[in-house]
Amino acid sequence: MTSAVSVSNLRKTYDGKKGAPTVEALRGINLTIAEGDFFALLGPNGAGKTTLIGILTSLVNKTSGEASVFGANIEQDRSLAKTFIGLVPQEMNFNIFEKVIDIVVTQAGYYGMPRAVALPRAEQLLKDLGLWDKRNTPSQQLSGGMKRRLMIARGLVHNPKLLILDEPTAGVDVEMRHEMWSFLRKLNSSGTTIILTTHYLEEAEALCRNIAIINKGTIIINEPMESLLASRGHASLEQIYLDLIKQEEK
Amino acid sequence: MTPSHLWTAYYTIIYHEVARIVRIWSQTLLPPVITSGLYFIVFGTFIGSQLPPINGFSYIQFIVPGLIMMQVITSAYSNTVSTFYFAKWTKTLDEMLVSPMPEWVIIAGFMSGGVLRGLIVGALVLATSLFFTHLVIFNAFILVAAIVVTAVLFSLAGLINGVFAKGFDGISIVPVFVLTPLTYLGGVFYSVSRLPPFWQHVSLFNPILYMVNAFRFGFLGISDVPLWQCFAVLLGLMIIFLGVLGYLFKRGVGFRQ
Repeated sequence: MTSAVSVSNLRKTYDGKKGAPTVEALRGINLTIAEGDFFALLGPNGAGKTTLIGILTSLVNKTSGEASVFGANIEQDRSLAKTFIGLVPQEMNFNIFEKVIDIVVTQAGYYGMPRAVALPRAEQLLKDLGLWDKRNTPSQQLSGGMKRRLMIARGLVHNPKLLILDEPTAGVDVEMRHEMWSFLRKLNSSGTTIILTTHYLEEAEALCRNIAIINKGTIIINEPMESLLASRGHASLEQIYLDLIKQEEK
Repeated sequence: MTPSHLWTAYYTIIYHEVARIVRIWSQTLLPPVITSGLYFIVFGTFIGSQLPPINGFSYIQFIVPGLIMMQVITSAYSNTVSTFYFAKWTKTLDEMLVSPMPEWVIIAGFMSGGVLRGLIVGALVLATSLFFTHLVIFNAFILVAAIVVTAVLFSLAGLINGVFAKGFDGISIVPVFVLTPLTYLGGVFYSVSRLPPFWQHVSLFNPILYMVNAFRFGFLGISDVPLWQCFAVLLGLMIIFLGVLGYLFKRGVGFRQ
Protein backbone atom coordinates (compact mmCIF):
# COMPACT_ATOMS: atom_id res chain seq x y z
CA MET A 1 0.00 0.00 0.00
CA THR A 2 1.26 3.54 -0.82
CA SER A 3 2.15 5.71 2.11
CA ALA A 4 0.06 8.83 2.47
CA VAL A 5 2.89 10.66 4.18
CA SER A 6 6.56 9.82 4.20
CA VAL A 7 9.01 11.95 6.15
CA SER A 8 12.72 11.27 6.31
CA ASN A 9 15.27 12.99 8.54
CA LEU A 10 13.21 16.17 8.56
CA ARG A 11 14.73 19.14 10.36
CA LYS A 12 13.54 22.64 11.01
CA THR A 13 15.50 25.30 12.81
CA TYR A 14 13.96 28.70 13.43
CA ASP A 15 16.39 31.61 13.54
CA GLY A 16 16.32 33.44 16.83
CA LYS A 17 14.84 36.92 16.50
CA LYS A 18 16.73 39.93 17.86
CA GLY A 19 19.65 37.95 19.26
CA ALA A 20 17.53 35.15 20.74
CA PRO A 21 18.99 31.63 20.33
CA THR A 22 17.87 29.47 17.39
CA VAL A 23 15.10 26.97 18.04
CA GLU A 24 15.32 23.40 16.74
CA ALA A 25 11.64 22.63 16.19
CA LEU A 26 12.22 19.31 14.38
CA ARG A 27 15.37 17.27 15.00
CA GLY A 28 15.55 14.86 12.08
CA ILE A 29 12.26 13.02 12.37
CA ASN A 30 11.23 9.96 10.36
CA LEU A 31 7.58 9.09 9.94
CA THR A 32 5.41 7.03 7.61
CA ILE A 33 1.63 7.20 7.59
CA ALA A 34 -0.20 4.57 5.55
CA GLU A 35 -2.95 5.39 3.08
CA GLY A 36 -6.37 5.16 4.73
CA ASP A 37 -5.00 5.55 8.23
CA PHE A 38 -6.57 7.60 11.02
CA PHE A 39 -3.38 8.83 12.62
CA ALA A 40 -2.90 10.73 15.87
CA LEU A 41 -0.01 13.16 16.09
CA LEU A 42 0.24 14.15 19.72
CA GLY A 43 2.61 16.18 21.84
CA PRO A 44 2.78 19.10 24.21
CA ASN A 45 2.63 22.71 23.04
CA GLY A 46 5.78 23.64 21.12
CA ALA A 47 6.70 19.98 20.48
CA GLY A 48 6.86 20.46 16.69
CA LYS A 49 3.43 19.21 15.54
CA THR A 50 2.37 22.43 13.86
CA THR A 51 5.82 22.84 12.30
CA LEU A 52 5.55 19.35 10.77
CA ILE A 53 2.08 20.15 9.44
CA GLY A 54 3.38 23.50 8.18
CA ILE A 55 6.16 21.80 6.23
CA LEU A 56 3.79 19.25 4.68
CA THR A 57 1.43 22.04 3.60
CA SER A 58 4.24 24.43 2.45
CA LEU A 59 3.50 27.07 5.06
CA VAL A 60 6.91 26.45 6.64
CA ASN A 61 10.20 26.01 4.78
CA LYS A 62 12.11 22.95 5.98
CA THR A 63 15.78 23.26 6.94
CA SER A 64 16.72 19.79 5.61
CA GLY A 65 15.33 16.32 5.00
CA GLU A 66 12.66 14.96 2.70
CA ALA A 67 8.88 14.74 2.82
CA SER A 68 6.35 13.42 0.36
CA VAL A 69 2.58 13.10 0.20
CA PHE A 70 1.21 10.11 -1.74
CA GLY A 71 4.62 9.80 -3.39
CA ALA A 72 4.78 13.44 -4.47
CA ASN A 73 7.79 15.24 -3.04
CA ILE A 74 6.72 18.48 -1.33
CA GLU A 75 9.48 20.41 -3.09
CA GLN A 76 9.95 18.83 -6.51
CA ASP A 77 6.24 18.00 -7.02
CA ARG A 78 4.89 20.72 -4.78
CA SER A 79 1.77 21.46 -6.80
CA LEU A 80 0.78 17.78 -7.03
CA ALA A 81 1.49 17.15 -3.34
CA LYS A 82 -0.73 20.08 -2.41
CA THR A 83 -3.69 18.77 -4.40
CA PHE A 84 -3.76 15.72 -2.09
CA ILE A 85 -3.97 17.73 1.14
CA GLY A 86 -6.89 19.35 2.91
CA LEU A 87 -5.94 21.43 5.93
CA VAL A 88 -8.08 22.40 8.89
CA PRO A 89 -5.82 24.75 10.83
CA GLN A 90 -5.89 25.39 14.53
CA GLU A 91 -6.61 29.10 14.22
CA MET A 92 -9.83 30.25 12.57
CA ASN A 93 -8.63 31.88 9.40
CA PHE A 94 -11.53 32.92 7.27
CA ASN A 95 -12.79 36.36 6.37
CA ILE A 96 -15.37 37.10 9.04
CA PHE A 97 -17.38 39.33 6.71
CA GLU A 98 -17.91 36.65 4.08
CA LYS A 99 -20.84 34.29 3.81
CA VAL A 100 -20.38 30.62 4.65
CA ILE A 101 -21.07 29.41 1.11
CA ASP A 102 -18.66 31.93 -0.41
CA ILE A 103 -15.84 30.85 1.92
CA VAL A 104 -16.19 27.22 0.83
CA VAL A 105 -16.66 27.90 -2.88
CA THR A 106 -13.75 30.36 -3.01
CA GLN A 107 -11.48 27.73 -1.50
CA ALA A 108 -12.53 25.25 -4.20
CA GLY A 109 -11.59 27.83 -6.81
CA TYR A 110 -8.01 27.99 -5.51
CA TYR A 111 -7.76 24.29 -6.39
CA GLY A 112 -9.02 24.94 -9.92
CA MET A 113 -12.57 23.74 -9.26
CA PRO A 114 -15.03 25.86 -11.29
CA ARG A 115 -17.90 27.49 -9.40
CA ALA A 116 -20.50 25.32 -11.14
CA VAL A 117 -18.76 22.18 -9.84
CA ALA A 118 -17.91 23.65 -6.44
CA LEU A 119 -21.46 24.77 -5.57
CA PRO A 120 -23.07 21.29 -5.41
CA ARG A 121 -19.99 19.92 -3.63
CA ALA A 122 -20.17 22.76 -1.07
CA GLU A 123 -23.91 22.16 -0.65
CA GLN A 124 -23.34 18.49 0.15
CA LEU A 125 -20.59 19.22 2.65
CA LEU A 126 -22.53 21.98 4.39
CA LYS A 127 -25.53 19.66 4.64
CA ASP A 128 -23.38 16.84 6.03
CA LEU A 129 -21.92 19.19 8.60
CA GLY A 130 -25.23 20.80 9.53
CA LEU A 131 -24.41 24.24 8.13
CA TRP A 132 -26.63 24.43 5.06
CA ASP A 133 -29.19 26.62 6.86
CA LYS A 134 -26.38 29.06 7.61
CA ARG A 135 -25.00 29.20 4.06
CA ASN A 136 -25.88 32.87 3.58
CA THR A 137 -24.80 33.94 7.06
CA PRO A 138 -21.60 35.97 7.44
CA SER A 139 -19.12 33.73 9.21
CA GLN A 140 -18.68 36.11 12.14
CA GLN A 141 -22.24 35.30 13.22
CA LEU A 142 -21.54 31.57 13.60
CA SER A 143 -21.00 29.89 16.96
CA GLY A 144 -17.56 28.46 17.82
CA GLY A 145 -18.64 24.92 16.91
CA MET A 146 -20.11 26.06 13.60
CA LYS A 147 -16.90 27.88 12.74
CA ARG A 148 -14.92 24.67 13.35
CA ARG A 149 -17.31 22.73 11.09
CA LEU A 150 -17.02 25.43 8.43
CA MET A 151 -13.24 24.96 8.48
CA ILE A 152 -13.72 21.21 7.95
CA ALA A 153 -16.10 21.85 5.02
CA ARG A 154 -13.59 24.24 3.50
CA GLY A 155 -10.73 21.76 3.95
CA LEU A 156 -12.72 19.02 2.22
CA VAL A 157 -14.23 20.92 -0.69
CA HIS A 158 -11.57 19.83 -3.20
CA ASN A 159 -11.87 16.13 -2.27
CA PRO A 160 -8.43 15.71 -0.67
CA LYS A 161 -6.99 12.23 -0.13
CA LEU A 162 -5.35 13.43 3.09
CA LEU A 163 -7.10 15.59 5.67
CA ILE A 164 -4.95 17.23 8.33
CA LEU A 165 -6.88 18.35 11.38
CA ASP A 166 -5.05 20.61 13.80
CA GLU A 167 -7.12 20.79 17.01
CA PRO A 168 -10.44 20.52 15.19
CA THR A 169 -12.63 20.25 18.28
CA ALA A 170 -11.01 22.90 20.49
CA GLY A 171 -13.78 24.83 22.18
CA VAL A 172 -16.54 22.60 20.81
CA ASP A 173 -19.22 21.26 23.20
CA VAL A 174 -19.39 17.52 23.95
CA GLU A 175 -22.46 16.77 21.85
CA MET A 176 -21.10 18.58 18.84
CA ARG A 177 -17.72 16.92 19.32
CA HIS A 178 -19.34 13.48 19.11
CA GLU A 179 -21.18 14.49 15.94
CA MET A 180 -17.86 15.60 14.45
CA TRP A 181 -16.28 12.29 15.44
CA SER A 182 -19.01 10.43 13.68
CA PHE A 183 -18.52 12.55 10.54
CA LEU A 184 -14.76 11.97 10.62
CA ARG A 185 -15.14 8.20 11.09
CA LYS A 186 -17.43 8.07 8.06
CA LEU A 187 -14.98 10.14 6.06
CA ASN A 188 -12.09 7.86 7.02
CA SER A 189 -14.03 4.71 6.20
CA SER A 190 -14.71 6.14 2.73
CA GLY A 191 -10.93 6.19 2.14
CA THR A 192 -9.69 9.60 3.28
CA THR A 193 -6.48 9.43 5.29
CA ILE A 194 -6.72 11.62 8.39
CA ILE A 195 -3.99 13.08 10.58
CA LEU A 196 -5.34 14.43 13.84
CA THR A 197 -3.53 16.58 16.33
CA THR A 198 -5.43 17.21 19.52
CA HIS A 199 -4.99 17.87 23.21
CA TYR A 200 -8.15 15.84 23.95
CA LEU A 201 -6.51 12.46 24.31
CA GLU A 202 -9.77 10.56 24.64
CA GLU A 203 -10.56 11.91 21.16
CA ALA A 204 -7.36 10.42 19.73
CA GLU A 205 -8.02 7.16 21.59
CA ALA A 206 -11.56 6.93 20.25
CA LEU A 207 -10.72 7.75 16.64
CA CYS A 208 -7.18 6.83 15.71
CA ARG A 209 -5.62 3.50 14.75
CA ASN A 210 -2.00 4.64 14.87
CA ILE A 211 -0.26 7.19 16.99
CA ALA A 212 2.96 9.19 17.15
CA ILE A 213 3.97 11.30 20.10
CA ILE A 214 6.39 14.09 19.42
CA ASN A 215 8.31 15.95 22.08
CA LYS A 216 10.97 18.64 21.67
CA GLY A 217 11.20 17.94 17.95
CA THR A 218 11.73 14.19 18.29
CA ILE A 219 9.26 11.34 17.85
CA ILE A 220 9.26 9.35 21.09
CA ILE A 221 6.52 6.83 20.25
CA ASN A 222 5.19 5.67 16.90
CA GLU A 223 3.02 2.54 16.97
CA PRO A 224 -0.52 1.20 16.62
CA MET A 225 -2.90 2.57 19.24
CA GLU A 226 -4.02 -0.91 20.31
CA SER A 227 -0.52 -2.21 20.93
CA LEU A 228 0.46 0.95 22.82
CA LEU A 229 -2.54 0.62 25.14
CA ALA A 230 -2.00 -3.16 25.55
CA SER A 231 1.72 -2.80 26.27
CA ARG A 232 0.92 -0.46 29.19
CA GLY A 233 -1.69 -2.68 30.80
CA HIS A 234 -4.60 -0.95 29.08
CA ALA A 235 -4.10 2.28 30.96
CA SER A 236 -5.81 5.29 29.44
CA LEU A 237 -3.96 7.07 26.65
CA GLU A 238 -3.89 10.15 28.84
CA GLN A 239 -2.00 8.28 31.57
CA ILE A 240 0.42 6.73 29.09
CA TYR A 241 1.02 10.12 27.49
CA LEU A 242 1.72 11.80 30.82
CA ASP A 243 4.12 9.01 31.84
CA LEU A 244 6.01 9.24 28.56
CA ILE A 245 6.37 13.01 28.68
CA LYS A 246 7.49 12.84 32.34
CA GLN A 247 10.06 10.21 31.42
CA GLU A 248 11.37 12.46 28.68
CA GLU A 249 11.67 15.38 31.05
CA LYS A 250 13.94 13.27 33.29
CA MET B 1 -2.46 22.26 -12.43
CA THR B 2 -3.74 22.38 -16.00
CA PRO B 3 -4.17 25.75 -17.77
CA SER B 4 -7.90 25.48 -17.11
CA HIS B 5 -7.28 24.96 -13.37
CA LEU B 6 -4.89 27.90 -13.33
CA TRP B 7 -7.47 30.10 -15.03
CA THR B 8 -10.13 29.06 -12.50
CA ALA B 9 -7.80 29.84 -9.59
CA TYR B 10 -6.89 33.23 -11.09
CA TYR B 11 -10.54 34.02 -11.83
CA THR B 12 -11.47 33.06 -8.27
CA ILE B 13 -9.11 35.65 -6.81
CA ILE B 14 -10.41 38.33 -9.18
CA TYR B 15 -14.06 37.41 -8.51
CA HIS B 16 -13.35 37.63 -4.80
CA GLU B 17 -11.62 41.01 -5.20
CA VAL B 18 -14.32 42.55 -7.38
CA ALA B 19 -17.05 41.29 -5.02
CA ARG B 20 -15.21 43.03 -2.16
CA ILE B 21 -14.74 46.28 -4.11
CA VAL B 22 -18.44 46.36 -4.97
CA ARG B 23 -19.59 45.25 -1.49
CA ILE B 24 -17.79 48.15 0.18
CA TRP B 25 -18.27 50.63 -2.67
CA SER B 26 -18.72 53.49 -0.21
CA GLN B 27 -15.10 52.96 0.88
CA THR B 28 -13.56 51.92 -2.42
CA LEU B 29 -15.37 53.84 -5.19
CA LEU B 30 -17.17 56.81 -3.71
CA PRO B 31 -14.33 58.71 -1.92
CA PRO B 32 -12.19 59.24 -5.05
CA VAL B 33 -15.22 60.56 -6.93
CA ILE B 34 -16.05 63.06 -4.16
CA THR B 35 -12.43 64.15 -3.74
CA SER B 36 -11.99 64.63 -7.49
CA GLY B 37 -15.30 66.49 -7.71
CA LEU B 38 -13.99 68.93 -5.08
CA TYR B 39 -10.74 69.36 -7.01
CA PHE B 40 -12.72 70.08 -10.18
CA ILE B 41 -14.86 72.67 -8.37
CA VAL B 42 -12.12 74.43 -6.40
CA PHE B 43 -9.06 74.18 -8.64
CA GLY B 44 -10.75 73.68 -11.98
CA THR B 45 -13.69 76.06 -11.81
CA PHE B 46 -13.05 78.66 -9.06
CA ILE B 47 -9.29 79.10 -9.35
CA GLY B 48 -8.77 77.70 -12.85
CA SER B 49 -11.13 80.23 -14.44
CA GLN B 50 -8.76 82.99 -13.34
CA LEU B 51 -5.64 81.34 -14.82
CA PRO B 52 -4.31 81.69 -18.37
CA PRO B 53 -4.51 78.67 -20.71
CA ILE B 54 -1.67 76.13 -20.65
CA ASN B 55 -0.49 75.05 -24.11
CA GLY B 56 -3.83 76.23 -25.48
CA PHE B 57 -6.01 74.32 -23.00
CA SER B 58 -8.05 75.69 -20.12
CA TYR B 59 -6.66 74.93 -16.67
CA ILE B 60 -9.41 72.44 -15.85
CA GLN B 61 -8.78 70.58 -19.12
CA PHE B 62 -5.10 70.49 -18.23
CA ILE B 63 -5.59 69.04 -14.73
CA VAL B 64 -8.31 66.46 -15.51
CA PRO B 65 -5.89 63.79 -16.85
CA GLY B 66 -3.60 64.27 -13.85
CA LEU B 67 -6.46 64.06 -11.37
CA ILE B 68 -7.77 60.88 -12.99
CA MET B 69 -4.27 59.40 -12.86
CA MET B 70 -3.85 60.46 -9.22
CA GLN B 71 -6.97 58.53 -8.20
CA VAL B 72 -5.99 55.52 -10.33
CA ILE B 73 -2.59 55.40 -8.64
CA THR B 74 -4.02 55.73 -5.13
CA SER B 75 -6.81 53.21 -5.71
CA ALA B 76 -4.63 50.55 -7.35
CA TYR B 77 -1.97 50.85 -4.65
CA SER B 78 -4.30 50.92 -1.68
CA ASN B 79 -6.31 47.98 -3.01
CA THR B 80 -3.41 45.55 -3.18
CA VAL B 81 -1.62 46.75 -0.06
CA SER B 82 -4.76 46.52 2.07
CA THR B 83 -6.18 43.25 0.71
CA PHE B 84 -2.84 41.47 0.82
CA TYR B 85 -2.01 42.68 4.31
CA PHE B 86 -5.53 41.83 5.52
CA ALA B 87 -5.16 38.33 4.05
CA LYS B 88 -1.84 37.98 5.85
CA TRP B 89 -3.19 39.33 9.12
CA THR B 90 -6.29 37.11 9.15
CA LYS B 91 -4.23 34.19 7.78
CA THR B 92 -6.69 33.73 4.91
CA LEU B 93 -3.56 33.98 2.77
CA ASP B 94 -2.56 30.57 4.15
CA GLU B 95 -5.50 29.04 2.30
CA MET B 96 -4.02 30.26 -0.97
CA LEU B 97 -0.54 29.13 0.00
CA VAL B 98 -1.61 25.58 0.86
CA SER B 99 -3.46 25.26 -2.44
CA PRO B 100 -1.60 24.09 -5.58
CA MET B 101 -1.83 27.56 -7.11
CA PRO B 102 1.64 28.73 -8.18
CA GLU B 103 2.93 31.95 -6.66
CA TRP B 104 2.66 33.82 -9.95
CA VAL B 105 -1.09 33.22 -10.06
CA ILE B 106 -1.44 34.71 -6.58
CA ILE B 107 0.60 37.74 -7.67
CA ALA B 108 -1.43 38.08 -10.88
CA GLY B 109 -4.71 37.75 -8.97
CA PHE B 110 -3.97 40.44 -6.40
CA MET B 111 -2.48 42.67 -9.09
CA SER B 112 -5.55 42.33 -11.30
CA GLY B 113 -7.81 43.25 -8.37
CA GLY B 114 -5.84 46.47 -7.93
CA VAL B 115 -5.87 47.19 -11.67
CA LEU B 116 -9.63 46.69 -11.89
CA ARG B 117 -10.30 48.99 -8.95
CA GLY B 118 -7.95 51.59 -10.45
CA LEU B 119 -9.70 51.43 -13.83
CA ILE B 120 -13.21 51.55 -12.36
CA VAL B 121 -12.24 54.57 -10.27
CA GLY B 122 -10.57 56.15 -13.33
CA ALA B 123 -13.76 55.72 -15.36
CA LEU B 124 -15.89 57.20 -12.56
CA VAL B 125 -13.61 60.23 -12.13
CA LEU B 126 -13.57 60.72 -15.91
CA ALA B 127 -17.39 60.66 -15.94
CA THR B 128 -17.43 63.18 -13.06
CA SER B 129 -15.09 65.51 -14.95
CA LEU B 130 -17.59 65.72 -17.81
CA PHE B 131 -19.89 67.73 -15.52
CA PHE B 132 -17.24 70.44 -15.39
CA THR B 133 -15.58 70.48 -18.80
CA HIS B 134 -15.60 68.84 -22.20
CA LEU B 135 -12.70 66.57 -23.01
CA VAL B 136 -10.98 65.72 -26.24
CA ILE B 137 -9.13 62.49 -26.88
CA PHE B 138 -5.94 62.96 -28.87
CA ASN B 139 -4.81 59.33 -28.96
CA ALA B 140 -7.01 56.64 -27.38
CA PHE B 141 -4.34 53.96 -27.63
CA ILE B 142 -1.75 55.98 -25.66
CA LEU B 143 -4.43 56.95 -23.17
CA VAL B 144 -5.50 53.34 -22.47
CA ALA B 145 -1.91 52.05 -22.47
CA ALA B 146 -0.78 54.72 -19.97
CA ILE B 147 -3.62 54.14 -17.54
CA VAL B 148 -3.40 50.32 -17.67
CA VAL B 149 0.39 50.22 -17.26
CA THR B 150 0.23 52.73 -14.39
CA ALA B 151 -2.49 50.73 -12.63
CA VAL B 152 -0.41 47.55 -13.04
CA LEU B 153 2.68 49.31 -11.72
CA PHE B 154 1.04 50.65 -8.59
CA SER B 155 -0.82 47.42 -7.91
CA LEU B 156 2.56 45.67 -7.89
CA ALA B 157 4.06 48.40 -5.69
CA GLY B 158 1.16 48.01 -3.24
CA LEU B 159 1.70 44.28 -3.18
CA ILE B 160 5.40 44.72 -2.33
CA ASN B 161 4.36 47.06 0.50
CA GLY B 162 1.82 44.45 1.67
CA VAL B 163 4.47 41.73 1.75
CA PHE B 164 6.75 43.79 4.01
CA ALA B 165 4.03 45.36 6.19
CA LYS B 166 4.06 44.09 9.74
CA GLY B 167 1.17 46.16 11.04
CA PHE B 168 -1.58 48.53 9.92
CA ASP B 169 0.94 51.40 10.28
CA GLY B 170 3.06 49.66 7.67
CA ILE B 171 0.35 49.90 5.04
CA SER B 172 -0.26 53.62 5.52
CA ILE B 173 3.30 54.97 5.80
CA VAL B 174 4.20 54.66 2.10
CA PRO B 175 0.91 56.09 0.74
CA VAL B 176 1.00 59.06 3.12
CA PHE B 177 4.69 59.91 3.18
CA VAL B 178 5.86 58.79 -0.27
CA LEU B 179 2.98 58.37 -2.69
CA THR B 180 1.03 61.53 -1.86
CA PRO B 181 4.01 63.94 -2.09
CA LEU B 182 5.22 62.30 -5.32
CA THR B 183 1.74 62.55 -6.81
CA TYR B 184 1.28 66.22 -5.92
CA LEU B 185 4.76 67.02 -7.23
CA GLY B 186 4.32 64.89 -10.36
CA GLY B 187 2.84 67.58 -12.59
CA VAL B 188 -0.82 66.95 -11.86
CA PHE B 189 -1.60 70.61 -11.23
CA TYR B 190 1.14 72.29 -13.24
CA SER B 191 3.43 71.90 -16.20
CA VAL B 192 7.00 71.23 -15.07
CA SER B 193 8.21 73.34 -18.01
CA ARG B 194 7.13 76.37 -15.95
CA LEU B 195 9.45 75.43 -13.06
CA PRO B 196 13.00 76.83 -12.65
CA PRO B 197 15.57 74.60 -14.45
CA PHE B 198 16.84 73.07 -11.17
CA TRP B 199 13.37 71.86 -10.13
CA GLN B 200 12.67 70.69 -13.65
CA HIS B 201 15.65 68.36 -13.32
CA VAL B 202 14.61 67.23 -9.84
CA SER B 203 11.11 66.48 -11.16
CA LEU B 204 12.57 64.05 -13.69
CA PHE B 205 13.39 61.69 -10.79
CA ASN B 206 9.70 61.46 -9.93
CA PRO B 207 8.20 58.44 -11.77
CA ILE B 208 4.68 59.83 -11.43
CA LEU B 209 5.65 62.72 -13.71
CA TYR B 210 6.01 60.22 -16.59
CA MET B 211 2.66 58.56 -15.90
CA VAL B 212 0.75 61.82 -15.69
CA ASN B 213 2.37 63.13 -18.86
CA ALA B 214 1.81 59.95 -20.87
CA PHE B 215 -1.86 60.02 -19.88
CA ARG B 216 -2.15 63.73 -20.58
CA PHE B 217 -0.64 63.14 -24.01
CA GLY B 218 -3.40 60.62 -24.72
CA PHE B 219 -6.02 63.29 -23.95
CA LEU B 220 -4.48 66.56 -25.07
CA GLY B 221 -1.49 65.62 -27.22
CA ILE B 222 0.93 67.54 -24.96
CA SER B 223 3.63 66.25 -22.63
CA ASP B 224 6.51 67.77 -20.63
CA VAL B 225 8.71 64.74 -21.36
CA PRO B 226 9.12 62.66 -24.54
CA LEU B 227 6.52 59.90 -24.78
CA TRP B 228 9.08 57.14 -25.29
CA GLN B 229 10.72 58.13 -22.01
CA CYS B 230 7.37 57.89 -20.24
CA PHE B 231 6.76 54.32 -21.39
CA ALA B 232 10.40 53.30 -20.91
CA VAL B 233 10.20 54.38 -17.25
CA LEU B 234 6.81 52.68 -16.76
CA LEU B 235 7.85 49.39 -18.34
CA GLY B 236 11.27 49.42 -16.66
CA LEU B 237 9.71 49.86 -13.21
CA MET B 238 7.11 47.21 -13.97
CA ILE B 239 9.81 44.66 -14.81
CA ILE B 240 11.75 45.55 -11.64
CA PHE B 241 8.65 45.23 -9.44
CA LEU B 242 7.69 41.90 -11.02
CA GLY B 243 11.21 40.59 -10.42
CA VAL B 244 11.14 41.72 -6.78
CA LEU B 245 7.74 40.14 -6.20
CA GLY B 246 8.78 36.88 -7.86
CA TYR B 247 11.75 36.69 -5.48
CA LEU B 248 9.72 37.60 -2.39
CA PHE B 249 7.01 35.04 -3.12
CA LYS B 250 9.49 32.31 -3.99
CA ARG B 251 11.25 32.84 -0.65
CA GLY B 252 7.97 33.43 1.18
CA VAL B 253 9.34 36.64 2.69
CA GLY B 254 6.88 38.10 5.16
CA PHE B 255 4.44 35.21 5.13
CA ARG B 256 6.22 31.84 5.19
CA GLN B 257 8.38 30.75 8.15
